[in-house]
Order: sequence, then C-alpha cells, then structure tokens
Amino acid sequence: MTDPLNFYGVTLTSRLLVGTSQYPSPAILAEALEASKAEVVTVSLRREAGGSRAGESFWGLIRDLGLRVLPNTAGCRSVKEAVTTAHMARELFDTTWIKLEVIGDDDLLAPDPFGLVEAARILCDDGFDVFPYMTEDVTLADRLVDAGCRVLMPWGAPIGSGRGLNNIFGLRALRARFRDIPLVIDAGLGAPSQAAQAFELGYDAVLLNTAIARAGDPAAMARAFALACEAGRAAYKALPIEPRDMAEPSTPVLGRAFT
Amino acid sequence: MKIAVNGEALEAQAGTLAGLLSELGYEPALVATAINETFVRAKDRDACALKEGDRVEVLSPRQGG
Repeated sequence: MTDPLNFYGVTLTSRLLVGTSQYPSPAILAEALEASKAEVVTVSLRREAGGSRAGESFWGLIRDLGLRVLPNTAGCRSVKEAVTTAHMARELFDTTWIKLEVIGDDDLLAPDPFGLVEAARILCDDGFDVFPYMTEDVTLADRLVDAGCRVLMPWGAPIGSGRGLNNIFGLRALRARFRDIPLVIDAGLGAPSQAAQAFELGYDAVLLNTAIARAGDPAAMARAFALACEAGRAAYKALPIEPRDMAEPSTPVLGRAFT
Repeated sequence: MKIAVNGEALEAQAGTLAGLLSELGYEPALVATAINETFVRAKDRDACALKEGDRVEVLSPRQGG
C-alpha cells in the first residue's frame, strides 16, 4: 500500500466512498459496489414496519460484501434529531463513524452550519468519529475541527445535482488551510472528470451516490469513477504544471530553420 | 394506552418498550429505538416504561447516500 488514506485511525486503500441508495435493484447495487472498489459505503436508518423486516435483507447484503459502513443522519433538520439518529446508528451498525448531516434548506439540501457545529461537538464529546457534511466555508471548518472533527466533507454542489465543483476557489482555500485533515468532497459530483478534478485540487477522497446509481449502467459508471479517482490522485502526486497566460513552445527553438 | 409508533397512532397493550416491540412483531436485534426523540438503548428497553402520548420511533438499516 503506497498511498493509504486514514480516517480516524482506519487505513483505507480506495479513495472512493459510495452511497447505497437509488439503485435499480439489490443485484445492481452489489455489482456497482464491487466495480467501484469502494471500501466504505454510506447507509441510513429509516422507519421499520412491525413484522416487515425490510432492513434485514439490505443490511445482510452489505455485510456479505464485507464493506465498512458510514451511517448518515440524512434528512435530520435539528441538532436533537441528528444526535438521536447518530446514537441509533451507532448501536445498530456497531460503529462510531457517523456522516453528520443537519439540513438547513430543503431546496438545496444545504447544511445548517450552526446546527452542524453544535451536533458535531455533542457527538465528538460522546466518542463518535464525525464526518460532517458541510459547505466549503473556512470558518465553519475551523469550528468543526475545534469541535473534534478529524475529517471534513465539504459539498461540491447540492446533493444529487451532478453539477461538480461549484466553488473551486473556496475548495482550494479550504485545502490550503487544512493541510493535515483528510478532506472529502461529499455530494454534487455527476461525472468522473469532476472526481478527478477534486483529486487534482488535492482532495483526499470523494463520496458520491446519485452519479453511479442513476447512470444508465451503474456498474460501468462505478468503474469509470474508480479509474477517475485513481487518475486524479496520481496526477496530484505527480505535481501538475501551473497554467500560463501565454504560449511556450514545446519544440526546441534552437536550431529552427529559416532563421 | 394511546401512543404513536413511527408517526402512526395506535392503542398499545404493552407497558414497556420491549413489550411493545414484541407486540408489534419486531425482531429486537434488527431495530434501533427512540422515544420522544431520545435514544433508548436495546439493553434499556425492558426497563423503559411507556406512557400515554409517547412518540416511539423504530428504525432499521436502509440504503443511504
């Protein structure tokens, strides 16, 4: 393992984290997860009807694949909801990891930064390893690190929008400000090229769901994202050239004829 | 007593959360529970007395992004 990723003391090889929702079938989900080579998948908790055991088959599928789960608090709109959901997830999934979502706006599914910091502090103090779904705001990131977060997950664009990286400047600033904290682009990616771009900016990992699950061929798209992540990370490590305003000849000028 | 389970009003016979899960046909190991938005650990369900108007949530693993 030459380029490992570390989240809260856990070493990972794959830098692609994948959601498990919206796939056409459980079989296609399993096929796509395998093609993605992801080691971490996001899961959620939802209401169970008495006697239905609806969650059992899904959970069995994930466990059979041997993947590490990152439970989310998706849909929570208050600190109390998010904290309670995190506790329920910790018991049911037997993990201290939690993807913390506190949603402040229904149209954009934008994080509520105020609730996010408060919930993060409560959960970090209670022994959780918090992965906050956040905007790229540097001050917010500071507060989350102060609260105890050791991974940050800024959005690229609103969840499910497929718009890619909306604020390159802000994401660059965040990367420059937090050199030693793993940064994950969470949400908004639509195409593999956008994932590669995230890595070229120096981001450590990407987390996406819709772009794979809603693709015409989810397994093929999962493979494409895996390749793009690998390419983008390799490009970052290879130190790309800086853009220039003017041309610079690549063929030697010395020895040119007719001069 | 009248309580709500996952947002649905119902008349419960059981007096405890563990009894309610059994009454409604849940497999206790496959769900997580909360009452009035406060988490109730699996090991505390036997001792968790229900009262009129309680809002019980019973959740299980699902797909997520």
